[in-house]
Amino acid sequence: MNMKYNHLKPISMVLFKYALMLSIIALLGCETDDQQTVARFTELTLSEEFDTDGQPNASIWGYEIGTGENGWGNQELQYYTDRPENVNVQNGVLLITAREESFEGSSYTSARLVTKDKFEQRYGRFEARIRLPYGQGIWPAFWMLGADIDENPWPGAGEIDIMEYRGQNPTLLIGSVHGPGYSGGEAISKEYNLVNDRFDTGFHIFGIEWAPEYVNFYVDDVLYNQITPEDVTGTWVFNKPFYILMNLAVGGTFVGSPNEETEFPQTMLVDYVRVYKELKIN
Amino acid sequence: MKNIKYTNFRFILLFSLGSIVISSCERELSDDVEFAVFPSDGDVFIDTFSSGLDYFPFVDAGADPEAFSVDTEETYAGDASMRFDVPAFGNGFVGATFNTTANRDLSGFDALTFYAKASKAANINSIGYGISGQTNNKFQVTALDLAVSTRWEKYTIPIPDASKLIEETGLFWLAEGASFEGDEGGYILWFDEIKFEKLGTVAQPQPAIFWGEDIAEQAFIGSTLTVSGLAQTFNLADGTNQTVFTAPSYFTFESSDNGVATVNELGQVTVLGAGTTTISAILAGVRAKGSLEITSNGVLQAAPTPTRPQTSIESIFSDAYQNSTESNFSPGFGGSTTETAIITTSDGEVVSYANNNFTGIIFDNTVDASGLTFMHIDVYVQQAGTEIGLQIRDIGANQTIDTDVNTGLPIGDDKDLRVDLTGLTVGQWTSFDIPLDGDLTAQRNNLGALILVGGPNFLLDNIYFYSE
Repeated sequence: MNMKYNHLKPISMVLFKYALMLSIIALLGCETDDQQTVARFTELTLSEEFDTDGQPNASIWGYEIGTGENGWGNQELQYYTDRPENVNVQNGVLLITAREESFEGSSYTSARLVTKDKFEQRYGRFEARIRLPYGQGIWPAFWMLGADIDENPWPGAGEIDIMEYRGQNPTLLIGSVHGPGYSGGEAISKEYNLVNDRFDTGFHIFGIEWAPEYVNFYVDDVLYNQITPEDVTGTWVFNKPFYILMNLAVGGTFVGSPNEETEFPQTMLVDYVRVYKELKIN
Repeated sequence: MKNIKYTNFRFILLFSLGSIVISSCERELSDDVEFAVFPSDGDVFIDTFSSGLDYFPFVDAGADPEAFSVDTEETYAGDASMRFDVPAFGNGFVGATFNTTANRDLSGFDALTFYAKASKAANINSIGYGISGQTNNKFQVTALDLAVSTRWEKYTIPIPDASKLIEETGLFWLAEGASFEGDEGGYILWFDEIKFEKLGTVAQPQPAIFWGEDIAEQAFIGSTLTVSGLAQTFNLADGTNQTVFTAPSYFTFESSDNGVATVNELGQVTVLGAGTTTISAILAGVRAKGSLEITSNGVLQAAPTPTRPQTSIESIFSDAYQNSTESNFSPGFGGSTTETAIITTSDGEVVSYANNNFTGIIFDNTVDASGLTFMHIDVYVQQAGTEIGLQIRDIGANQTIDTDVNTGLPIGDDKDLRVDLTGLTVGQWTSFDIPLDGDLTAQRNNLGALILVGGPNFLLDNIYFYSE
């Protein structure tokens, strides 16, 4: 696929920028925790382009329905469904839509897609091109959980948040890992502030490059964080297969409730989800 | 009035370069190491007046021209800020526009930004840009009640549609004062680093007309209505929504049936025929919330034709009589929201009031009604529950309207009679014959004005004084 070559370019650009940043660090000594090894994950293992209208490919995507336990552990307010009103593919884009409506005792509906038992992988480059919604209490996420979560409950299974975002902070991306001893409020996390732009007005690529000794977080062509076993305050659990989740939550402890200025419906638009591996590592 | 100009641009340039180098470390490591480059004509006041900028206080409206100065002590950045000394209640207000002599192209920006602080927490009544005598404020933008605190903070006044701003002169304006006893006054307001910027984070436009409401009005051929409540709201980088009120020229207005009514680029609606039409608007490709559905009943029925002989009449407004005096129907009282129009129908003229809070009919010459006992007025309304407060004012021998600004009551040698015009029937003329009693019993030889309160929408005809 010619996609491979498209992806070589950003990496080299990143390297260049990195060199530039290093020179600034040397001069000013601002921050030093972003040193990284850049691997090249070029072997495509999942290419979900959302080219067929209707429900997304059932061989890849399943759904989690309802309100989970205590609003999926976060007092979230939405009821997840698999209805076309909440999840649909149109014109080459996956639409995950949060609506304000009474449904099964909840005031909002939305959707949560998972690749559990359908697509799971250890290490690689995981990325999605997404335009985010906005507004107080809107909480979209593109993330991963350890595939052994049924036997090894959270946080032991591990969680990698490739993209989390609060609708009331339309320029701030949050990338995190959770594991035993560093979960919830103690997750290892970093925010990235998009300068002179915001995440709800255009598509951006959110990704990680995950290898045995690190997880690199990037947005578009900017690497903004690296997390290594030295950074986590517990066991490094990112050495086994993980599966992908994409969802659009409403309310809950992480974002707070929507207010009268929050516009509904709000839609998260996903252009593609792609996963790569590198033969020597994987 | 003082115009203040500085010409040390070279120094500014040097200084701004210096500040970029110094502040580099504050940027996040992962930022693209690029610096935004703004065309020089985005600057309004950085450390001094930008190129061609002048100070124009609203002296005619009562603003204190001495309230403004350039402060070199209290600054956010650099070596000077704009300082306004807001007077205490009753001592005028701060009001001015800062305009350039040469037009600026602002179409590459998305907001006016500045840093502001005050000597005490306050709300700035009005602040924005786009005041221009040449264009009749065609692209005026106003943020209302902007809250400022006692520390320097950055504020963003978004541009509703920057593509319109290709030749602007009005770069910054404000009006702030104590509007009532107990309102904040007697404090200092500073502004610094005032400039137009391309922030890239001004997004999610939500334009509105009629304050976002869908409203309906009855009308008739010859009615004129104006689209009001024009606003644009953007979501800013910090997640807050900022609303600005805008001049109509940012919008494109539409009438769903031009046979019933047309709407021009200033949002002025003219009813031409019978039927129903909906007035709506678009701003920069986004449909505005809010609309006006006009149901036109066709031709307005005429008010009852007066039958009294001219000889016993002092007339103010009637096709049946010769006027005793000409009058000013749009006195432009401060704070008045009233839109007044003289409408010509097939049966002559009527005077139309829309969105009235208070206005008046000011007689050019006073009327001596000593020998007269009644005032007649015909009122037509289209909305149930409409009530109008009428004040018949005798302005006394000094020939001036003397009013207590706090109570609205006549003082000095003035007297008035106040009546409420109620019991009005929708879709019909109601006639009132008001006895000139009360305080006018003893003094009605210098009738000088009629004050009209409330409504807010009504028509008047056949206003005259007479005796039985």
